[in-house]
Amino acid sequence: MTVKLIFYLFAAILIFAAVRVITVRNPVHAALYLVLAFFTTSGIWLILQAEFLAIALVLVYVGAVMVLFLFILMMLDINLAPLRENFTRYLPVGLTVSILIFVEMTLVVKVLSKPAPADLPAASSNIQLLGEQLYSLYVYPFEIAAVILLVAMIAAIALTLRPKRWSKYRKPEQQVNVRRQDRLRLINMPAEPKD
Amino acid sequence: MTFTFTHSELTLLLPEITLLTMACLILVIDAFLSDEQRDLTFQLTQGTLIGTALLVWFNVPSEPIFAMSGFFIHDAMAAMLKFFTLLVVFWAFLYSRQYLKDRQFFKGEYFVLGLFATLGMMIMISAHNLLTIYLGLELLSLSLYTMVAMHRSSQTASEAAMKYFVLGALASGLLLYGISIIYGVTGSLDLSQLAVAIKNSPVEHHTLLTFGLVFLVIGLAFKLGAVPFHVWVPDVYQGAPTTVTLFISSAPKLAAFAILMRILVEGMSSLQTDWQNMLILLSILSMGTGNLLAIAQTNLKRMLAYSTIAHVGYLLLGVLTVTETGYAASMFYVVVYALMSLGGFGMIILLSRAGFEAENITDFKGLNQRNSWYAFIMMILMLSMAGVPPMLGFWAKLSVLSQVIQTGHVWLAVIAVIFAIIGAFYYLRIIWMMYFEKAEETQPIQAEPLMQIAISANGLVILGLGIAPHILMSLCLTTFGLSSY
Repeated sequence: MTVKLIFYLFAAILIFAAVRVITVRNPVHAALYLVLAFFTTSGIWLILQAEFLAIALVLVYVGAVMVLFLFILMMLDINLAPLRENFTRYLPVGLTVSILIFVEMTLVVKVLSKPAPADLPAASSNIQLLGEQLYSLYVYPFEIAAVILLVAMIAAIALTLRPKRWSKYRKPEQQVNVRRQDRLRLINMPAEPKD
Repeated sequence: MTFTFTHSELTLLLPEITLLTMACLILVIDAFLSDEQRDLTFQLTQGTLIGTALLVWFNVPSEPIFAMSGFFIHDAMAAMLKFFTLLVVFWAFLYSRQYLKDRQFFKGEYFVLGLFATLGMMIMISAHNLLTIYLGLELLSLSLYTMVAMHRSSQTASEAAMKYFVLGALASGLLLYGISIIYGVTGSLDLSQLAVAIKNSPVEHHTLLTFGLVFLVIGLAFKLGAVPFHVWVPDVYQGAPTTVTLFISSAPKLAAFAILMRILVEGMSSLQTDWQNMLILLSILSMGTGNLLAIAQTNLKRMLAYSTIAHVGYLLLGVLTVTETGYAASMFYVVVYALMSLGGFGMIILLSRAGFEAENITDFKGLNQRNSWYAFIMMILMLSMAGVPPMLGFWAKLSVLSQVIQTGHVWLAVIAVIFAIIGAFYYLRIIWMMYFEKAEETQPIQAEPLMQIAISANGLVILGLGIAPHILMSLCLTTFGLSSY
């Protein structure tokens, strides 16, 4: 009973936070609401006995991704007013799509309503189960995913790394070695005649 | 913990493992090279492609073998398609060298990303699970987006990359959505299990399965560039650097054909009648829109893009017959298409030089006066694309159409022929320009010997195989376990 109560409480907070993410004006606040949404989700996952995923969500998304995201938001100083202007214009389309997705999901869930999985034994380890699946049965897709991440890294570097000639900076080792001949040129000129 | 795969399974993956290892190795080696030594990267890349192709060629199985807990399938179709993919990529890189050097983006990353894209295609071709299909597709797409965007000084390339990225992401989303619905209904991602689950599924699940199927077909159509999901094709083909267009338009179509076969034929054969109708619609629209809009183009890259859309329509004709010979005909078509596309974009690269892109149709005016040999090669390519005998393209169209007629869709074949005749107009217009118009440019064509040999070989292969089409055709037929006629 308490579990159910907690679930509904968390679900309510999650929906509230998710709605706030797209409705608040300040992007920093939106990011903070997203943090709340992630945190609540991880709470729900804990109820579902997926401890590892819950902790990973907090560590990776709340701890790393969102903090980085906040940094970027604060540094960019973007004016979101023009972006917001179209909110009402896109609302009908967005709503239609959301309702459609909702209907479809209910269809799938209703048609297939399967019994809930049995509770895990108390001594079972989430990480062990996950790891065993990931590194034995799913080792091939897992490796491909690793290659995709490598490609993402190569892509990011290839697209953003500028060759040296485009940036201007000092080279002290060359500056200290400068000689008089490099800077000063003595030329012979005929003396100007006196008037 | 026990490993779920054995040594013999790993040897099946040898081509993929070789390609991945070499790609990583080349990435590291390239970091230590100066710009003058960059040719080493190119040579290593080409060596890797040849080596991998040989590994594939000497290991064609007679029966499908599964590996890696069913995620990986090694069958004759996989071996054949992988071999041709590697060959096409090798050829595409041959055309790229001079072009990239002239435009100061002869970089190691270009070739490394090309290798990773090839790896993605190989994974797609050998995938026997919706998960691996999706991962392979993402590996391919991610590499391609980057290759389009790599020429940073070009604004059109950046625009093309952005469009490609956004629409590609949308297509992946649709595909994933379809996969998730199918998974929700059947509870499996493995294609064999999926086929069984769909066959045994109760009647009330049928609507839901079709619903998922629609999304899968849309996702596939996006990746193939079939109408009405083709909007990205002309813009990306025109905006991307020509070498990248060449790459995108050739090899990935082989992989797209492979996943079409895997998902629809192997996974969803019970929903045959549903997807057959969808493919008929896609095919007619693609042939029509592709051929009609190509006439209006003045930009050759754009024209070839619409021509690609039309070719995709013909390619689907073979699959929608739902017969083994039809699949073989489609495979024949896609291989032939890749060869022709290589040649078509290769000619644009040949006529271009630093600071000048020969991408307008008028740039081909009077090519015969400037260089009659290349005009001849271009004529072969155009005639082949139009489907004029005895070029290879004719046999491709013929084999697909004869299958369509044999399965009783005569009306469909008639429509296809009408559009093919309309399409012949814009191919013949280029031949007219090359032979009967005065040249505006008088500069001799300069190209490195490698490029000259590659493009000449490309044209001659199309002519030669056109005279003896049974060589390629019997390869495709034996792939599907049929004896050649």
